[in-house]
Amino acid sequence: MAAIINVQNLVKDFRLGEVPVHVLKSISFEIERGDFVAIMGPSGSGKSTLMNILGCLDIPTSGSYTLDGISVGRLESDELAEIRSRKIGFVFQQFNLLARTSAVENVELPLLYTDTPANVRRERAMKALLAVGLAGRADHQPSQLSGGQQQRVAIARALVNDPGIILADEPTGALDSRMGLEIMAIFQQLNRGKGITLVVVTHDPEIAAYSSRTLHFKDGRLQKDERIEQPRDAAADLRAVGSEDGGPEGPPLQPVSEARRAS
Amino acid sequence: MKKLLTSSRIALRALQVNRTRSALTMLGIIIGVAAVIAMVGVGAGATERIQAQIQSIGSNLIIVLPGSISSNGVRLGSGGVATLTTDDAKAIADECPSVALTAPTVRGGAQVVYGSNNWATVVQGVTPDYMTLRDYTMLSGQFFTTQDVDASAKLAVLGQTVADNLFGDNDPTGQVIIIKNVPFTVAGVLTPKGQSPTGQDQDDVILLPISTATQKVLGVNKANAKAVGSVMVQAINPQAIDQAIQEMDALLRERHRILPGLDDDFSVRNLTEVFAAQESSAQVMAVLLGAIASVSLIVGGIGIMNIMLVSVTERTREIGLRLAVGAKRRDILSQFLVEAVTLSLLGGVIGILVGVATSFSISYFADWSTDIGVFAVVVSFLFSALVGVFFGYYPARTAAFLNPIEALRYE
Repeated sequence: MAAIINVQNLVKDFRLGEVPVHVLKSISFEIERGDFVAIMGPSGSGKSTLMNILGCLDIPTSGSYTLDGISVGRLESDELAEIRSRKIGFVFQQFNLLARTSAVENVELPLLYTDTPANVRRERAMKALLAVGLAGRADHQPSQLSGGQQQRVAIARALVNDPGIILADEPTGALDSRMGLEIMAIFQQLNRGKGITLVVVTHDPEIAAYSSRTLHFKDGRLQKDERIEQPRDAAADLRAVGSEDGGPEGPPLQPVSEARRAS
Repeated sequence: MKKLLTSSRIALRALQVNRTRSALTMLGIIIGVAAVIAMVGVGAGATERIQAQIQSIGSNLIIVLPGSISSNGVRLGSGGVATLTTDDAKAIADECPSVALTAPTVRGGAQVVYGSNNWATVVQGVTPDYMTLRDYTMLSGQFFTTQDVDASAKLAVLGQTVADNLFGDNDPTGQVIIIKNVPFTVAGVLTPKGQSPTGQDQDDVILLPISTATQKVLGVNKANAKAVGSVMVQAINPQAIDQAIQEMDALLRERHRILPGLDDDFSVRNLTEVFAAQESSAQVMAVLLGAIASVSLIVGGIGIMNIMLVSVTERTREIGLRLAVGAKRRDILSQFLVEAVTLSLLGGVIGILVGVATSFSISYFADWSTDIGVFAVVVSFLFSALVGVFFGYYPARTAAFLNPIEALRYE
């Protein structure tokens, strides 16, 4: 399998006043296509900065970052936006759904910035909602959904562009453990069923246990690269916990679409 | 174009989500545009009213008055001496090429009696040309003819005010009225003209044949039986007014045998010129009102900028999210610009409606004439769009150049 992410000697400095702060100190690693990677580390370890660079929201001070064969090193902000739009799906800790806007419209959001006709947008958004088991809540506004459901809408939004990779920054941080399990179950399903590469930042070892590989960061350096041979199965754990509201409604965790990006 | 359509849809959606705030923001523009429309309407109405009054006097008019003369060092005031005669009037009409018509008039006050009613009014002795010259039309009956003037017929033409006071709702035509103990048959009633630019009631008048008026009512001038109070002259067109004045001046000096170097014994007044001054002052007022109202439009624009800036701050996370999911800077810029322009344009349209309604209310309740020009409407509409672009650009730029990472983390 070819590496979807290749990071070589990545350095990121911030200037706080006169003193430069070295946040990332020459980091190198690869992530294989179809892998499920957890990034762990205490706060201040540089994992958020790394996520911003991996997500093409920020550019490195030096070193190279190649995403899906494209060198992201020194691209203009419009070109970065283009890459974010086509190759990356984001999931945030705080969901970041638009208030007073229906779930399906929230999911459609990334498609607004591509040349996608309105009917295709709606169709793909509905498919993405179906994939996270929320097709029946398409017209609900975020305030009418539980935290877990909101995060599932956010995952549907990340899926709607058919990205090769989904970056999730503390996706379970604002959820209770049961809802967190639901999210991890969806992630594992997307990873295994659709072959989507997942990179999840977390401080929670329980969450990291569902990944197949964990990168430990400390003080801006990659400290430990741990391959997990037998990741926990979130769906099974969820069944063990027992469902409060019957779990994700509708036929849960269906494959979304066969249309994988050719690139 | 397609991009713009998408931006518009996003922007309209965002405005819908914040209905109350959108409405309040628009209020500034609504008031601004409404003020411009109403004020310009009031100004234009005032100008138009003065123009109408000038029209009511008659067009291209010049008045020749008998002048002051010096006699042994004593100078008599204007009109103090009967130097102007009906012959002068005739000569001006015949010999000055720039003059179309002349109408000699004599005037005086008289008590008029009909039955048990009586009324003090102005009696004017005129010729039929006077009617043409002053643009009079008849409400009923006929104006007297040149033959009537030659025959000193005892005919009277009444102004509406006189007719109302003597006859009430009855038709005066054919009735007999008494002016200074002389019976006159009412030949007709003039169509009302309303106020003159100087505020006089132009309908409080009785017109008699000039011959009859001099002989029977106002009395013959002992020094000169043909003397008249004034001669109204109509130039052939507005451009010929100055030429006509020069021709009359030369003719009258010659006829009155005034040696070079001596003062005229008559004076000439260009009425159009007098009232043009009033008209221009009304226009100045109109411009001033419009300018003051535009200030409120600009204030409305600043209101839009204010709210848009607040909106950008409040929606920082939303902007960060949009940037993260692939929006380019220009997408964000056009979204916020379209929001601002939509607010200002929608406000402009509503403002135009409110302004038109206000104008009508002003005309209806305050009895001021207003005139809503298409020009004012189009200009305020375009101006409000411009206000949206101008005051929306800065907030939109602020939004577009947010750092997505910081924006996403914004609390």
